[in-house]
Amino acid sequence: MTRNLILGATLSSLVVLAALLSFVWTPFDHASLNIPAKLMPPNATNWLGTDQIGRDILSMVMVGARTSIAVAFVAVGIGIGLGVPLGLWAAAKKGGWTDEIIMRGNDLIFAFPSLVIAILITAIFGAGAINAIIAIGIFNIPVFARVTRGGALSLWEREFILAARVAGKGKAHISIEHVLPNIANLLIVQATIQFSLGILAEAALSYVGLGAQPPTPSWGRMLADAQTLVSLAPHMALVPGCAIIITVLGLNLLGDGLRDWFDPKLRVARV
Amino acid sequence: MTLLSIRQLGLSIGQKSILRDVSFDIGPGQIVAITGESGSGKSMTAFSIMGLLPKTAAAAGQILLNGIDVLSLPEAEMCNLRGDEIGMVFQEPMTALNPVHTIGRQVAETIRLHRSVTRAEANQIAAKTLERVGLPPDQFPPGRYPHELSGGQRQRVVIAMAIACQPRLLIADEPTTALDVTTQAKIIDLLRQLVREDGMGLLMITHDLALVAGLADRVVVMRTGEVIEQNSTTELLSNMRHPYTRMLFEASTHTVNLPAANTTRPLLEVQNVKRTYALPRTHLFAAARTFEAVRGVSFAIREGERLGLVGESGCGKSTLTRAILGLDAVKGGSILLNGEPVFSDGKPNLDVRRKMQVVFQDPYGSFNPRHTVSRLVTEPFHLLEDPPKGTDRKVIVAEILTAVGLSPGDANKYPHQFSGGQRQRIAIARALIIRPKLVIFDEAVSALDVSVRAQILDLIADLCRQYGLTYLFISHDLHVVRTVTDRVLVMQAGQIVEQGDTEKVLSDPQHSYTRALIDAAPRMPDLDAYRKDAAQ
Repeated sequence: MTRNLILGATLSSLVVLAALLSFVWTPFDHASLNIPAKLMPPNATNWLGTDQIGRDILSMVMVGARTSIAVAFVAVGIGIGLGVPLGLWAAAKKGGWTDEIIMRGNDLIFAFPSLVIAILITAIFGAGAINAIIAIGIFNIPVFARVTRGGALSLWEREFILAARVAGKGKAHISIEHVLPNIANLLIVQATIQFSLGILAEAALSYVGLGAQPPTPSWGRMLADAQTLVSLAPHMALVPGCAIIITVLGLNLLGDGLRDWFDPKLRVARV
Repeated sequence: MTLLSIRQLGLSIGQKSILRDVSFDIGPGQIVAITGESGSGKSMTAFSIMGLLPKTAAAAGQILLNGIDVLSLPEAEMCNLRGDEIGMVFQEPMTALNPVHTIGRQVAETIRLHRSVTRAEANQIAAKTLERVGLPPDQFPPGRYPHELSGGQRQRVVIAMAIACQPRLLIADEPTTALDVTTQAKIIDLLRQLVREDGMGLLMITHDLALVAGLADRVVVMRTGEVIEQNSTTELLSNMRHPYTRMLFEASTHTVNLPAANTTRPLLEVQNVKRTYALPRTHLFAAARTFEAVRGVSFAIREGERLGLVGESGCGKSTLTRAILGLDAVKGGSILLNGEPVFSDGKPNLDVRRKMQVVFQDPYGSFNPRHTVSRLVTEPFHLLEDPPKGTDRKVIVAEILTAVGLSPGDANKYPHQFSGGQRQRIAIARALIIRPKLVIFDEAVSALDVSVRAQILDLIADLCRQYGLTYLFISHDLHVVRTVTDRVLVMQAGQIVEQGDTEKVLSDPQHSYTRALIDAAPRMPDLDAYRKDAAQ
């Protein structure tokens, strides 16, 4: 239980620290070319080797982490910021027309294949990190709205909500004071899953060339570049691939650990 | 010849000791009841016999069924034993049946598991078994699904599954706790008859001592994993050796002394209230169907009066409560508190609401687990225009916690740090903190153990003396209603069928439904009479 938390926090903070460090220091400039030293396997100078035009892979992965985290973070933020209030509102008005409109709107978004629409959005408005964020963020809204509404609906049947209603509290007040804190653990777990999915989605978009544009490095495009050279220089694919795995794994473990940590019942059991 | 013999059964899960030195016997055709309060280990004893313990549990001692120690049997052999030699009936008939299979199939499945019979033969035996438990095929075809049956009928199906292979031992874990009293009486009669006809041993687990006294041949009293006392029922009733046993029996017939009611003008007036629910349409173009949960109910509570409301599940008690509290709008009629409507212009009236508070049934569900006690009990302050702040607030919280028998220091704790009874005290503190004119107790003591229930009833009587409470006490337990109310309403199918002074209604019921309720409720035997018989 706490082991998950520690391992998850370690892996996630490793990635975040690498991203933060890249603002002040990277072994080499991530955009500088050194053609004579191209396709070098990991060695003393370039710790994780170089790519087909001699850029330092470690530097690129560090700066790429920045892109991935920023895109996923803002996309999840959009999902929570819009999805959670919508879900709470729908649950408070259960069965009414507000509920119907919100949830059918969500169904509408769900009905589209998310990655295809993300490609469509970036194709129309132009490739780039901002459009990738918006495209991924929109598809997070119904996910959070549904999770929130589902958790909130079961809480609305509980007696402590009835007691709050007897105490004259309005639906908005009850939603914020009583419902939201009690579904926080659901949301945290969902947020970490969406965060890791966001990282994967960003990698997928930049893999097809619709994410962050060169010279900004991103893990997805590094994988795309490595594709044709994988037998010649496997480290080019392995390094960004492992970076994605570590991040996604770390976030999932962190979410699990946090859920246990936030639960006051388990907190006392630990003390 | 004993059928089941438990020898020094011990059980621990991790470091925690669950059962210690439990020993008792059951003979063929004998009914043995294990009784005790929650946490006494009653159910764990039953699960040990069935071999349904959690993986981390370590058992010691012996459980001999026909001389074979079931604790030493491998899981595969236990599977053969379960359902064949031992049958089990669970508490909750709603969850003990698979909702997607027909009742006939579920009974037949148990038979096919243990007997080498064809599907047709199994179905035939299943139909016969269902008929035996009171579900004849002409009225209840085996092709019915569980949701088409009532709670009592479902429990009959569960019993049919348990006895289909004619087990030698039947274990019933609180088989009637989830059922209404009139249904309970029928299920108990059925169990008694099956034991007599088949010569099965019946191990009955229940917290209801009146039920134990009327049914069992032998009683085993447990507390915190140990057998406190065991004896034949008549012996035990006439001569209880252990003080805990005496305390249990006294607590379950506990009566309180209410101060004389000082009633004045009417406080709450309910006039011809109706409430309907929409039902799903049978097909797309069918007329919308409705269900009338409350059908024209009228009554009044005078200030200072303690009114009871009894009835079985589905009679409309809860719907009526919600309407009185202003949580739902009513379809027709009016609810006035102090002459003002609870609901006006489609909105609950806050002025009226602050004069009413409620105590709910479930001591575990009625608090936000993330708030401290002080925040929980001060929630009704939201109704006040000028709620007390700072030190004043702390003083009031300390005062109300003391009044309900907790300490002021409890204000900073979380609800999960309290037992069920203590939580119910917190719920009462929350209801009383703004000094409401009317308190509604909605099954407020039904989920509590008898000894805790007795304490909470004492507390209510105390608070009546201190604050002169007016309350509506909703319960299905006639004994409790008798001791804490002055007047009682009997509700059936959305209507009030009888009302009057509690003592008069319960001792001389006029309506047939009231009589049925009173007759079905298990009655505690007169212990003094038992003691005298024994002395002679």
